[in-house]
Amino acid sequence: MSEAVISYDEVLEQFDPVMGLEVHVELGTRTKMFCGCSTEFGAEPNTHVCPVCLGLPGALPALNKIGVESAIRIGLALNCKIAEWCRFARKNYFYPDMPKNFQTSQYDEPICYDGYLDVDIDTDEGRKTFRVNIERAHMEEDTGKNTHMGGATGRIHGADYSLVDYNRAGIPLIEIVTKPIEGAGKYAPEVAKAYVAALRDILRNLGVSDVKMEQGSLRCDVNLSLRRTPQDELGIRSETKNVNSLRSVERAVRYEMTRHAARLLAGERVIQETRHWHEDTGVTTSGRSKSDAEDYRYFPEPDLVPIAPSREWVEQLRAALPENPAVRRARMQELWNLSDIDMQTLINAELLDLVEEAVAAGVSVDAARKWYTGELSRVANEREVDVAELGITPAMLARIEELISTGALNDKLARQVLEGILAGEGDVDGVIASRGLAVVSDDGPLLEAIKDALAADPSVAETIASGKLQAAGSVVGAVMKATRGQADAARVRELLLEHLGVSE
Amino acid sequence: MSELVRKDASELSALLSAGEVSAVEVTQAHLDRITQVDGAIHAFLHIDTEGALQAASVVDSKRAAGETVGSLAGVPLGLKDILATKGLPTTVGSKMLENWIPPYDATVVTRLREAGIVILGKTNMDEFAMGSSTEHSAFGPTHNPWDLERIPGGSGGGSSACLAAFEAPLAIGTDTGGSIRQPAAVTGTVGVKPTYGGVSRYGAVALASSLDQIGPCARTVLDTALLHEVIAGFDPMDQTSINAPVPAVVAAAKRGDIKGMKIGVVRELGGEGYQAGVRQRFDEAVVILESLGAEIVEVSCPSFDYALAAYYLILPSECSSNLAKFDGIRFGLRVGDDGSRSVEQVMSQTRAAGFGDEVIRRIMLGTYALSAGYYDAYYGQAQKIRTLVAQDFAKAFSQVDVLISPTAPTTAFKIGEKLDDPMAMYLNDIATIPVNLAGLPGMSLPIGLAPEDNLPVGMQIMAPAMADDRLYNVGAALERALVAQWGAPILNSMAGV
Amino acid sequence: MSAISRDDVVHLAHLARIDIPSDQLDHYASQLDAILEAVATVSAVDTDNVVPMSHPVPSTNVFREDVPGQSLTANEALAGAPAVEDDRFRVPRILDEE
Repeated sequence: MSEAVISYDEVLEQFDPVMGLEVHVELGTRTKMFCGCSTEFGAEPNTHVCPVCLGLPGALPALNKIGVESAIRIGLALNCKIAEWCRFARKNYFYPDMPKNFQTSQYDEPICYDGYLDVDIDTDEGRKTFRVNIERAHMEEDTGKNTHMGGATGRIHGADYSLVDYNRAGIPLIEIVTKPIEGAGKYAPEVAKAYVAALRDILRNLGVSDVKMEQGSLRCDVNLSLRRTPQDELGIRSETKNVNSLRSVERAVRYEMTRHAARLLAGERVIQETRHWHEDTGVTTSGRSKSDAEDYRYFPEPDLVPIAPSREWVEQLRAALPENPAVRRARMQELWNLSDIDMQTLINAELLDLVEEAVAAGVSVDAARKWYTGELSRVANEREVDVAELGITPAMLARIEELISTGALNDKLARQVLEGILAGEGDVDGVIASRGLAVVSDDGPLLEAIKDALAADPSVAETIASGKLQAAGSVVGAVMKATRGQADAARVRELLLEHLGVSE
Repeated sequence: MSELVRKDASELSALLSAGEVSAVEVTQAHLDRITQVDGAIHAFLHIDTEGALQAASVVDSKRAAGETVGSLAGVPLGLKDILATKGLPTTVGSKMLENWIPPYDATVVTRLREAGIVILGKTNMDEFAMGSSTEHSAFGPTHNPWDLERIPGGSGGGSSACLAAFEAPLAIGTDTGGSIRQPAAVTGTVGVKPTYGGVSRYGAVALASSLDQIGPCARTVLDTALLHEVIAGFDPMDQTSINAPVPAVVAAAKRGDIKGMKIGVVRELGGEGYQAGVRQRFDEAVVILESLGAEIVEVSCPSFDYALAAYYLILPSECSSNLAKFDGIRFGLRVGDDGSRSVEQVMSQTRAAGFGDEVIRRIMLGTYALSAGYYDAYYGQAQKIRTLVAQDFAKAFSQVDVLISPTAPTTAFKIGEKLDDPMAMYLNDIATIPVNLAGLPGMSLPIGLAPEDNLPVGMQIMAPAMADDRLYNVGAALERALVAQWGAPILNSMAGV
Repeated sequence: MSAISRDDVVHLAHLARIDIPSDQLDHYASQLDAILEAVATVSAVDTDNVVPMSHPVPSTNVFREDVPGQSLTANEALAGAPAVEDDRFRVPRILDEE
């Protein structure tokens, strides 16, 4: 099935790639786009269905307000214009996973249009910003799910029959379509990946979707064509469907570039067709040919009235938008005075929000970073949960830091406090009280412990007295051990030297 | 024939609330009547004897317990088989849905049930409401009680015939281009297509979504208004329904005072192509309206000449999409699934076997009108003509309160007469289509019998959007004058079935 | 306006998923042609600057709150289906077209 390809460098010597990216995002509304059925993932088959989303005779759609609101918010976050007036349209084609045999979508009147998204990529000349122009973002509905039964491969080819579950049918989708992405040259695969990643961040940040590519709540179709020079007309494109991870987006673009180039260099034509991406083998294979172009017979959906978002509504939504993730990162990096690497560590570990909240609660940036990237990441990793799910709130960290700064806790005790909280023993002060973790600040008992330690190893006193102050460490260690860590090590050292009449 | 079945809904309502008769007795009388005559009429596709008696007995118990019930509680009704009824077959007159039992009730059905109205059964119709004669029903034609050789109109011929045959005093129809009004006209009954959005369409199997409207049918203007009031009003399940108070139709039907009103006769809806007896009765009715104190003016709506053509592009286009869901996957008929065929082949065979000729014709026509390359010339152009029709209406209503015309160009024709000539059949709707295109309300009421064939003639009254009450006011005034002139309701002059 | 050919009928029948026997293609072609000829009169109307009307009521922004409503049970959903397996709708094999 797989076709001849040539090396990537060879492609770049002779061709200029042009991409188009179509991203479908499933909204995280409580109910479907046109009916009150739940959108919850993973329910028993055909239990989240009703006459509307099953397309039963007589049923009518009823538009979900949050679906529209989410579409507008996405458009605003992508710097789009918001239509003053637009309609839904019916896209007519037959397919068993589509209950009405038309998809309620938008055609020539998308609710959002003419936007852009700036993405950063690493180039030979350092980090650079690349602008991806957005053609439109429109509202539509998802289809049901086919399971292919029988046959040798379990795939659609060779299946004996299929089983359809319509739970997913009618879940709100926003389709975001770029304008042709030109000028990316050899960085086309990176730009594609960076765009989808940036888009995913924005959508997550808006809280409109859980953007899980592996569960299909974010899906990407990659259109690609090659031309000899940027001055040439656009070449014939292929449309690779459902590329469902960031890494695959990059790989699929790269693969299609090499496949197209091999065909063109061999004097063959690129076929305008749908292709399927295979994650395992890293190639695409031919799907349906688009040679006899679909005739979707779009017309305005008569069962839904037009949408005319008032400018007041749009401005209200704009004012309430969260800060753009990229802008926010740049601002925080500068504010916190972090290196690129330190910042990237926080971003990669998805700890930015937590650190920001801890800082806001009064923890220093360094301490917050230390706790989250260190101890808390370790525990979370051990327990196979997200750091945010550990139950250590920024307020708790702030309290711990406060106690450390007053000397009531030291690092070791602080870790024990965390341990207690994770074990469900209560909050910071509760764990300290129940475990009796306060630093011993009364000199009396400490002096006793020092004397005991010196008595156990009389030679060390002489060594210290002779000026070898590093020997003090073993005594301090013994005292810490004796007090089960509840002593302030610095104070122990001070008392020891004082006791021996030695000065630093 | 039991005296009960000759009574109007408002008369039955009075008897029921006075306790002089029980809902079960009324229902049983109508069920008996159906048993007696429906073999010849074939107004009903499905008779729900058990459900009807059960519903009637609930009403009787409530009345006995002193509970408040609606004024039409206990009055029987024939329901067009296009409305989804939970647990009751809903065939839309098609083999495609021969065995389909919906898991839900249409909003109108819910409102009827809540009002205590007794649903006797489901009435016959042209398949998917496509037709003007009920001959396109997959389950055989309905016969006009005035002459069993003739059509009862369509698509709601079962609803009009059951009223005229005294099988029910009330019926529900749907009207996309005249399917309530034209059957009313040719059977001597009353039917109203409310303002688009006046009644929820939720649960009515869609023909053309932007034209369809559910409406009341009865033997008198007042009964029609009483039923109108029960079914009308905003429904969140139909976002095209209008969120505003229902026009005061019952008060208007009781008033019937047109002194000082301006009534426009539409020049384009009459004259050539209209049967002489239809024109004669219409002209006489205009004189009566004038004698009742209305000022009659002639109004011109030039775009109406293109309304029929525009309609036969818009309707097929929308229906080609609305009927796509009938594919043998989730409900209804499936043909050819022997394990050797693909889903596409099974869908195509199912649709070929399940749809009748007229349905296939319209789906093909709509598919064509929406296709790439033809959209602008056909569907797009038709939608623009729709705007012109609405503008003509607006202009006319700036001069007059209501518009009138004959409802249909002819009286009931013979069964089989126009079956092979689709365009001739389509011409039946020529006068009723404009209000559907503009979303306005229209009524048909009987104005006499055509002298040449002694068959009923209807007058159509048209009003501005959400001014449905004007139809009832004018209709009531005219009805009162005509019945006084005839000495009895028109159906009394019908030879016994 | 061009007339409807036999091939047009084949194409339309495919788009509409209706299996029309070949001996009926001419019949449908001539009927559709006659209807189209009649409705083509719409082209005679001057509609420059006329806005098309898709909805007869001029309302906008009718929304539903995002609040769950009643769904059907799987049994209710599947009750009318021609073929069912494992609480799913069973359909003949799907040729890969989408």
